[in-house]
This record gives sequence, structure tokens and C-alpha cells, in this order.
Amino acid sequence: MIVRGDEPEQLGLLRKLYKPGNYFLQGNEALSYGALFAGCRFYAGYPITPSSEIAETMARELPKLRGYYLQMEDEIASIAAMIGASWTGFKVMTATSGPGFSLMQENLGYAVMTETPLVLVDVQRSGPSTGQATKGAQGDFFQARWGTHGDHPIVAISPVSAQDAFWEIIRAFNVSERLRTPVVFLFDGVLAHTREQVRIPDVSEVEITYRRLPAGEEDARLPFGDPYGDGVPPMPLFGHGYFTHVTGSTHMENGLRDVYTPEVHDRLVKRLHRKIEKNRSVYERNEEHFTDDAEVLVVSWGVTARPALGAVLRAREEGIKAGLFVPKTVHPFPGERMRELGKRVRAILVPEMNLGQMRLEVERYVNDDVLVRGVNRIGGVPLTVDEILREIRGVA
Amino acid sequence: MVKKIYSTYPMVKYLRREALPTALCPGCGGGTVLNAFANAVDALKIDPRDLVVVSGIGCSAWIASPYFLADTLHTTHGRAIAFATGVKVGLPDKKVVVISGDGDLASIGGNHIIHAARRNVDITVILVNNFTYGMTGGQVAPTTPVGAKTTTSPYGNVEHPLPIAETVAAAGASYVARWTTAHVYQLIESIKRALQVKGFSLVEVISQCPVQFGRRNRMKEPAEMLRWFLKNSVPVSRARNMKPEELEGKFIVGEIVSRKRPEFTDELNGIIEEVQERLGLREG
Repeated sequence: MIVRGDEPEQLGLLRKLYKPGNYFLQGNEALSYGALFAGCRFYAGYPITPSSEIAETMARELPKLRGYYLQMEDEIASIAAMIGASWTGFKVMTATSGPGFSLMQENLGYAVMTETPLVLVDVQRSGPSTGQATKGAQGDFFQARWGTHGDHPIVAISPVSAQDAFWEIIRAFNVSERLRTPVVFLFDGVLAHTREQVRIPDVSEVEITYRRLPAGEEDARLPFGDPYGDGVPPMPLFGHGYFTHVTGSTHMENGLRDVYTPEVHDRLVKRLHRKIEKNRSVYERNEEHFTDDAEVLVVSWGVTARPALGAVLRAREEGIKAGLFVPKTVHPFPGERMRELGKRVRAILVPEMNLGQMRLEVERYVNDDVLVRGVNRIGGVPLTVDEILREIRGVA
Repeated sequence: MVKKIYSTYPMVKYLRREALPTALCPGCGGGTVLNAFANAVDALKIDPRDLVVVSGIGCSAWIASPYFLADTLHTTHGRAIAFATGVKVGLPDKKVVVISGDGDLASIGGNHIIHAARRNVDITVILVNNFTYGMTGGQVAPTTPVGAKTTTSPYGNVEHPLPIAETVAAAGASYVARWTTAHVYQLIESIKRALQVKGFSLVEVISQCPVQFGRRNRMKEPAEMLRWFLKNSVPVSRARNMKPEELEGKFIVGEIVSRKRPEFTDELNGIIEEVQERLGLREG
């Protein structure tokens, strides 16, 4: 059974199948190849526009790498199957879109509570409900953060291009494995369906992380403890004779349920939070352009970060001191860096394809004397360079 | 006294002692099911290290998880079979068993059970049918008999119960049987058969819930419920020659289906080998 994805045999297969070089790929395809390079060998999903090409690529490519594609009866079954497979050692992924993401939320919470590594790709489309099924959007920013119930931490990553999707999905797997936690990957319908040049690297350029396994039976006895002080317990995989008990109910360090003792719940849920907070360096990543001397700061993410960069470059040509801040890991939000940048600028613009979701996060970290304004567009058509530039001029 | 029972009970080696005593109510059929399952495992000499037991939510989900000493995955409501499918693909050489209730597997999980049967994934499902939602307070279930009183059918149930075993058989399972907790030896034999079958197998166990169901239907003693099961059980062979109206309110017991069909993980692995061969990817 494949448990890592970086075994010589697997690397040999990757080399044989995917020659390094430049390819003309759709975002969804680039993302899929990234997942394969990251070691994903199990995919369970249910087709939904605009994510379906990910399922199609995985169905075609996985058997070549001795991996498994399962088309389940619905999205709930898909995430359930991937959690089951993750406990056997597979690196697992599913891809869906808004309505499917909604259906997966309960089991996403289960994965958080049971500390199951998995990567959940949400190719955002217009909503609410069926909305514009074929159109891109960025309206699931908070669904990724607060979609499932309870006080839960989450890591969500969002790329800005097809090439970026290739590398960022690898990072998503690495974060998920390193912190033994589900990672949400916020893609969108526009990038998913745009074809652009993507360089496929040699496997040697790809860094692969793998979950910490118990050193022995003693180590496996506390699958939900904190033996290393970083909040990340080793994961005793099924089938190794450890007799591990896994439950979504509040559990003690040994896995057994205790839903009556307040301290047990407090200790467990706070550790889950601490695990994510303390390991910021594992997942935090931002892109910055001209932030050193910026007077007007544009904060954008995902698909909109690209016209935003275009607008900032044009503004600079016009002599406006504009800068761009792009959180690549959008949750936990890079609040500290946002606070620093917010102290130095006069105005902040937040362009996104929704009615102002990330803007709310930005506002939490910026003083009242800074003008914060959203640049928002819904309806499935991305914002353009000109539209964002016009707003920059307006506040410059 | 509790300690004494555990020290003399021969199947205690299969139980997770630190989780005992069980949370099941006195008179619950869950203990019988756990005992039958442990006896089947024992008779087949299955090493519990080669077992993964998955369950959903509710009283019956507790029967083997946490009490059975194996890898146990206690999942979200209704989804146990979908979780188990992922486990089976990852561990094709292990026995993957789902033990859960009728509310869990036949209602919210109805979609998963028919599709797992259709795929014929090599999982053994023990569905404990007590006609009600026990843990949430005895509400009406999709298996509740017509006319039965529950906390949400106080004037009698107007819905017709789902014949879950027959449904799963029609969906393509390799092996389907139904027994009651009054048929312990037959039940053990069926669980043994189910565990040995390569493919999807279901053993439905009609089980007593005197506390939530029996009490509201003039059977507050467990023994009364067991007598009700025995009196109304009809063997499959005899049921074939009976009219639907004669079978109303009866429990058809025995093996409903037993057949060979291609198994899901085998098929997936077959595809992998075929692709490896065709593309010349196989090492050496």
C-alpha cells in the first residue's frame, strides 16, 4: 500500500508519466497534477461544476500511479470515504463547489475533531444555492472558516493562478500532513477554467511532508495527546494492531469518549486551536508588492489578486504609491501583518468577487483613521484592472 | 459483581476493558449482538488486529465502538458505510465491519447502504433494527411497524416500514440475512458467513428495545419482546409461498441472498494492474 508518495517507485512513476516542461493547462488540471506530485493517491468525489475536471483528471491519472479514484453517491459520502482512507495512511483529496462544500461541512468538522489530514478543494461558484452554477465567485471565504459547527480552527489556502495552484496544493497537503488537520483549498470557477502556461517541475524540486507516525505501541496509546509539545500528536494508522478508537465526540488523549467532563472538552478543543495558532510558520504565506512605501494598499486574494496587481502596477506608472498584499493562506487570516501594514497606509481597498467578505477580516486589524473600502463585483464576471485602478485613483 | 462477570465471560478478551461497563440499558438487545459478533470472530479465529469496526451514531453504534477491542471508527450520523468504504480501499486485506442501528443505516444512511451494496464493496454490515431511535428518546423510525406508538407517533405510526434487508439484496449485495436476538445461534452462523463472504454482506438483527419501544407498545419486559419476535418469525423458505397480507407484521428470517459477484476493491485493483500493464509502467 502507498502511504507516502515519495517512495522510489512512486517517484519513478511520476518521472515516467510527467516530463518536466511547460504545458498549457486549465487551472483544474494544474491543481490535479500538483496533488499527484504531493503524494495524493486517493480521491473520493462527486461531480459538480466548475470542479469536475479535477475528478476527471484524477480518475484518468490515479490508476497510473497505483492510486484510487472513487466516485461516491454524494458529497457527504465523498468526504466520509476520504476520512476512512486517511486513517489507513493515504494522502487524500476531494474537490467540490459551493453546494457540495455545504454538504461536506459536518464531516469537515469531524476531520477537525479527529485530526484527520485531508485536502478539500472548493472551486467557488456563484451562490447562494444553485446560483450561477457555471460562474466563478469568491463567496465561500466564510463558509471555509465557519461552515461547520462548534469552535473550530481551520487552515484555508487560496492560489492566484494555474501555476500557483500546482504549488499551493502541494503546500496544502504538506500543511495538512504536518499539522494532522484538514486543509480547505479555496479555488474559484474563473481560475479553474482558465488555460495558461504551467511549468511541471522535476519531482526533485517538490518537497513532500508526511504525517508523524507513532514510534511504537506506547506512542500509539495517546493518539490525541501532545507528546511533542507542538499540539500535533502522532497518528496511529488503522491496520497496524494499535486498537485505536476514533470518535467525533469529545475524547480523552487515549481516544475514548468523555462528553461529561468540562475539562476534557476544554483541553481537547483548546489544543486543536493552539496547534494551528502556534504553528503559523508552517502555513502562513503572503505575497507583497510595493508594500514598503505604499500609501494606498490593495488587499486581495485568489482570482482577483491578478487584476489587482495589474491595477497597482498601472497606479505606480501614474505616480500613485500603491501596494498589494495577497494572503495566500486566507485562514487563519494574517492579522499581525495586516495590522503592521494598516499603520502605514492612508487607505485600503479590498477587491473580491463577493459583497465584502475579506474586507470584514481586514477591518478587524486596521484603525478607524484608515479608510477601508471594498471593491466588489458579483454576477460571475471578474473585476478588471481598469475598475480597480479607478478605485485606487479615487482614494489616492 | 460486574467485575466477576468480566472475569468469567470467555469473550472478554475481545472487549476494551477500560470502556466497560457498557452504556446499554438493561434488557437491550445490543449485548446479544456484541456477544454474537465476538463469538463469530472467535469461531473464525480472526485476529482482532485484522479487524476495523466502523459505526455511526445511536445506541447500536455503541455496540462495537468503543467496546470491541479493534481499530474502531465512530463516525457521523448515517455515514458509517461511506467511511468504511474508504477504510476498505486502504486496507483490502482486513475485515471491515459496520455495526449500527436502523435509524443510522436505513434512514439517514439509506443512500450509502444501497450504493455500497451496488458496488459490492467487501464490508460486513450488522444492522441492529429495534424499530426506533433509542438514544434520542424513542421517536418513529423508517423501520417502525404500522400502528406502533413512539414519542413522535403518539397516535400510531401511519408509515410503512422499509424492508431494508430485501432492499439491500435487490441493490446487489453478495450476502443478506435477517435474524432476531431470539435466534442467537443462527445469528452467529450468519455473521460468520457474512465475514467470510467476499463482497457486501448484511446481517439485519431484529433487536429489542424494551425501554424506548417496548414500553410504549405493551412489551416493557425484554422477554415479552423476544416472545413477540419468535411468535412472528417466518423462515425465508416458507415466506416465499405466503401472500403479502399474510406476511404483514411478520419477521422474515434466514438467508435472503447468497451469491458471488465481482467485488469493488478487486475491480479497482484490476483496473490499476490493467493500466500499469498497458502503459508499461510495471517495474521489472
